[in-house]
Amino acid sequence: MKTNWLKASVLGALLPLAAMADTDPKDWGAVLEEARGQTVYWNAWGGSPTTNAFIAWAGERVKADYGVTVEHVKLTDTADAVTRVLSEKEAGQDADGAIDLIWINGANFAAMKQSGLLFGPFAEDLPGWANVDVEGKTVQTDFTVPVEGYESPWAMAQVVFMYDTADIEAPLPSAQKILEWAKSHPGRFTYPQPPDFLGTTFLKQMLVDLLDDPSVLVDPVADDSYPAVTAPLWAYLDELTPVLWREGRAYPPTGTRQIQLINDGELDMAISFSPGAASTAIANYELPDTVRTFVLEKGTIGNASFVAIPYNSGSKEGAMVLANFLLSPEAQANAQDPNVLGYGTVLNVAGLSDEDRARFDALDLGIATLSPDELGQAQAEPHPSWMTRIAKDWQARFGVTE
Amino acid sequence: MAKSRSFFPILPALTLLLLLGPVLAGLVGTILPGFGHLPAAGLYGPSLDPFRDLFDWPGFWPAVRLSVGTGVAAAAISLTIVATILAGWAGTRAFGWVERLLSPLLAVPHAAAAFGLAFLIAPSGWLFRLVSPGLTGWQRPPDLLILQDPMGLSLIAGMVIKEVPFLLLMSIAAMGQVGGARRLAVAQSMGYGRVAAWMFTVFPVVYGRIRLPVLVVLAWSMSVVDVAVILGPSTPSTLSVQIVRWMSDPDLVFRLRAAAGALVQLGLVLGAVAVWWGLERLLGRLGASLAHRGLRLGADAHIRAGGLLLALLTALLLFLGLLGLFVWSFAGFWSFPDLLPDQFTLRSWHRDSVGSWQAVSETAVIAGAAVAVGLFLTLGCLEAEERHGLRLTQRGMWLLYLPLLIPQTAFLPGLQTLMLSLGLETGRGAVVVAHLVFVLPYIRLSLQDPWMQWDRRQAVVAKALGASPDRVLWRVRLPMLLAPILTAVAVGIAVSVGQYLPTLLIGGGRVETLTTEAVALASGGDRRAIGVFGLLQTAAALLPFALALIVPALVWRNRKGLRDG
Repeated sequence: MKTNWLKASVLGALLPLAAMADTDPKDWGAVLEEARGQTVYWNAWGGSPTTNAFIAWAGERVKADYGVTVEHVKLTDTADAVTRVLSEKEAGQDADGAIDLIWINGANFAAMKQSGLLFGPFAEDLPGWANVDVEGKTVQTDFTVPVEGYESPWAMAQVVFMYDTADIEAPLPSAQKILEWAKSHPGRFTYPQPPDFLGTTFLKQMLVDLLDDPSVLVDPVADDSYPAVTAPLWAYLDELTPVLWREGRAYPPTGTRQIQLINDGELDMAISFSPGAASTAIANYELPDTVRTFVLEKGTIGNASFVAIPYNSGSKEGAMVLANFLLSPEAQANAQDPNVLGYGTVLNVAGLSDEDRARFDALDLGIATLSPDELGQAQAEPHPSWMTRIAKDWQARFGVTE
Repeated sequence: MAKSRSFFPILPALTLLLLLGPVLAGLVGTILPGFGHLPAAGLYGPSLDPFRDLFDWPGFWPAVRLSVGTGVAAAAISLTIVATILAGWAGTRAFGWVERLLSPLLAVPHAAAAFGLAFLIAPSGWLFRLVSPGLTGWQRPPDLLILQDPMGLSLIAGMVIKEVPFLLLMSIAAMGQVGGARRLAVAQSMGYGRVAAWMFTVFPVVYGRIRLPVLVVLAWSMSVVDVAVILGPSTPSTLSVQIVRWMSDPDLVFRLRAAAGALVQLGLVLGAVAVWWGLERLLGRLGASLAHRGLRLGADAHIRAGGLLLALLTALLLFLGLLGLFVWSFAGFWSFPDLLPDQFTLRSWHRDSVGSWQAVSETAVIAGAAVAVGLFLTLGCLEAEERHGLRLTQRGMWLLYLPLLIPQTAFLPGLQTLMLSLGLETGRGAVVVAHLVFVLPYIRLSLQDPWMQWDRRQAVVAKALGASPDRVLWRVRLPMLLAPILTAVAVGIAVSVGQYLPTLLIGGGRVETLTTEAVALASGGDRRAIGVFGLLQTAAALLPFALALIVPALVWRNRKGLRDG
C-alpha cells in the first residue's frame, strides 16, 4: 500500500508537465485534428428530460461533424462533479480524469477556479466566441468572479416568476407585493429549499429587491456589515414563512418540482431561472396553458450558464470542440426554441449573418415567454460569498422546524 | 478430479474476501476523515473537530431522532404486520393468495415503490382525486403536510410496504423448516385459538430463523437514502440524506463532517441493533410467562381480520402506486382533480428511448456479471462445504449479513476515496465488485436451504452407479436444483438492479443504470420520466422472477416432482 501512495505522489508530481502538452486552443486546426475520435464525458444536471434530449442532440451533431463522441453523465447536483475532480486531484490522478466538460457557474466555478482545477484559458480563443454578445450580456464575469477564459458561456438565464392567470389576476411586481398576495392566499406559494440553487436565488432576488442600494452585494461579504445588510431579508422571511405552502414546514427540493406542484394545483406561483421554461413546460403538458411569467419592476437577477473543462481531462480538444459547437447559431437557436429548451442565447443576434439571424427570427418563443424588452436589463448577481452565507443562515433560521 | 479438489477450498476464502474486503476498506476510508485526517486536503488528524462541527449543525439532534424513530418504527410495524398475518392465516387458502400477491412485489425497486406511494397519498394525489370534487368539494388540493411530514410518517409507510413482502417471504421459508403446521395443530388441540397457538408455539422458532433479516430491515430503515429523499421530511432530513449531501459539497470541510456523520450513523445502527436484541429477549420472557399461565388470548377474529386487511392494504398501495407510474408515463396534460389524464401519448417513452436503452443494457451487463460471479462463488462454497464437511455456523451467518447490517453511507464514500487514493480505476468493473458485496449474501440466503434440503440419497444412488463427485454435482444435483438456482439468480438480479449508492459512488458517475437514471430524474420531479424509468426498473427486476417460474416448468414438463424445485 505504501508503494502505491508513493507511486501516486510521484505520478502526481510528474503529470502537470505532461498536461502542458495540451493542444493550444489558438491553433484550431490542430484542436479539430486531436479531437477526432475522442470521447467527451459531459457532466451536466440530469434532472430534466428536455435538457437531456438537448445534450443528446448536441452529441449527435458533434459526432457527425467532428467525430467527437459525447457521453452525458447525468448529475443530481453539479457539486458532485466538483467533488469528483477534487478527489482526483487529492488522489494524484492528474491525467485522463473521469470528467471532460462540466455545466457550471457561480459558486462551483469560483471554487474550481480558485483551486486550480480548471483547464484554460480557452474560451475566448474558440472560433465561435466572435459572435458572443460581450457588450450586452454578462459573459465575462460569473457571479462577479472574472471568467478569464476558464469557462465558455452557452445560455443566458434570468429570474422570472411563473404564475397561473386562472388564480392570480395581475403580476406581482415587487417583493412587498408578493408578500401581500401570499398573506391573502396562504399556502399557495413556496420556493425550493436552500441550498438548492434556485432556492438561494429566490433569497438573493428578494434581498436585491428589498435593498435601496443593492450595490453593496458586489463586494464579498464583510462580517461587520452582513447583519445590517441582510436584516430586511430575514424580517421579510419571518413574515412570509407562516403563509407559505405547508406553512414552511416542508419545501420542494428543486425548481422543477415546483412546476409539478403548479400543475397539481398545489401552488399558484413559482420562481424560475429560465424565461422560456414555462412555455416549454406548457408544450410538454407539464403546466396548464393559463400560466404566464412576469419580472419585478426593479428588474431581476440574470446570469450565464457556462461549460468548463477540468485540468485533468484526457479529451480537452474534444471538449473545446463541443464548447464551440454550443456557441454556433444552430445550437443556440435550437436551445432557445421553447419546444426544445427555451434558454436565452449568449450571441449578439443582430450581428449574425442573414441566414443565421433567420434561425432566431423564425422562433416562436411561446405564449408564456416575455420578449427581451419585457425582460429588461438583468440585475447583477451578488458575489458568491453572499449566497453561501445566506444559505447557511437560512438553514439555521428556517431549515430546522420543530 | 485432482484439479477440482484443490480448487474448491479456495472459494470460501475468496468469497469472504470479496464480501468483507470492500466493507472493511470502506470503513477505514470513513474513519480517517471522521477524525480529521485527510492528507490530500492538507488536513492531518487525529482531531475531534469533525465531530464538533457535526454537533454544531443545528439539525443534528432532530436528524438523529428522525433516523432512529422512523427506522425502528418501520421495522417494528413491518414485523408486527407479518406476524399478525402469519398468526391468523398461515396455511389457509387466503394466505396462499396473499403470498402470491406479495411475492412479486418484493422485486419492485424501493425508489419506484416510493414514487408510486407519493403520488397516491399526496394532497393532490390519486386518493384525494378519487373523492374530489365529488365528496370534498375541493377544486384545489388541500394544503396538508402529508408527504415530507416532520414525523416521517409517510417515510415509515413507504418503508413498511417494501419490508412486509421481504419479511413475509423470509418467514414462509423459515416456517417450512420448523414444521409450523404440526406445532399449530398440537397447540390448537389444547384449546388455544389460532392466533395464540401460533404466537406461542410457532413465532418464537420462526423468529429465531428470521432474526438476521429483521435486523437487516432495521439497519436498512435507519439509513436508507433514496426513499428518504422522496418521502421523508427535509427540515431537516434524516442523517443519511444529510451525509450524502455533505459528501457532494465542493467545500472539503463538509467531507469531514460527512465522515463524522457516517460514524454516528454506524453507531446509531449498532446501538439500535443491540437495544432491539435486548427488547427481543425481554418480550420473549414476557411471552413465555404468558404461555406458562395458559393465556388463551381472545379476539381471534379481530386480529385475523386486521392482519388480512393490513397485508391487502400493503399489496394495494404497491399495486396502485405502480399503476400510477404507468398512467403517468403515458399521460398528456393531467391536473387536479382529474382522475385520469386529458389525453394519452407515447411522447415520454419516445423522448427517453435512447437513454433508456443504454441504461437497460448497462443494468443488464452489471447485474449479469455480478450474479454470474456470485452464483459461481456461492455454488462453489456450498459444494466445498459439502465435500469437506464444513457447516456455516451462526458466526458465519453474521459475517454473511455484515454488508447488509452496516449502513451503506458508512462505508461506500470511504471506499470511493480509498480506491481513488490507490489509483484504482472506478467504472463498470468496480461497480460489479461493489454490487457483489450485496448480491452475494442474498444469493447465498436463497440457495442455502434448498441446497441443504436436497435428498442426499440421490447422490448415494448416483455414486453407486459409478459417478464421480463432479459428475454427481453437474448431472444430478445442479439440474435437480434448477428452480431454486434460477430463483436465486432472480433475487440477485433484483438486488443488483436496485443498487443506487454503490453504482453512483463506485462508478464515478460514469456508470448509468436504470436506478441511477431514475433517481437523477427524481431530483427533477418530472413524473412522466419517473414513470418511464420506474417501470423499466421494475420490469428489469421482475422479468427474471417470471423466467425463474417458467423455465423449470418447461424444462421439467415431464418431471412432475421437479417442477417446483
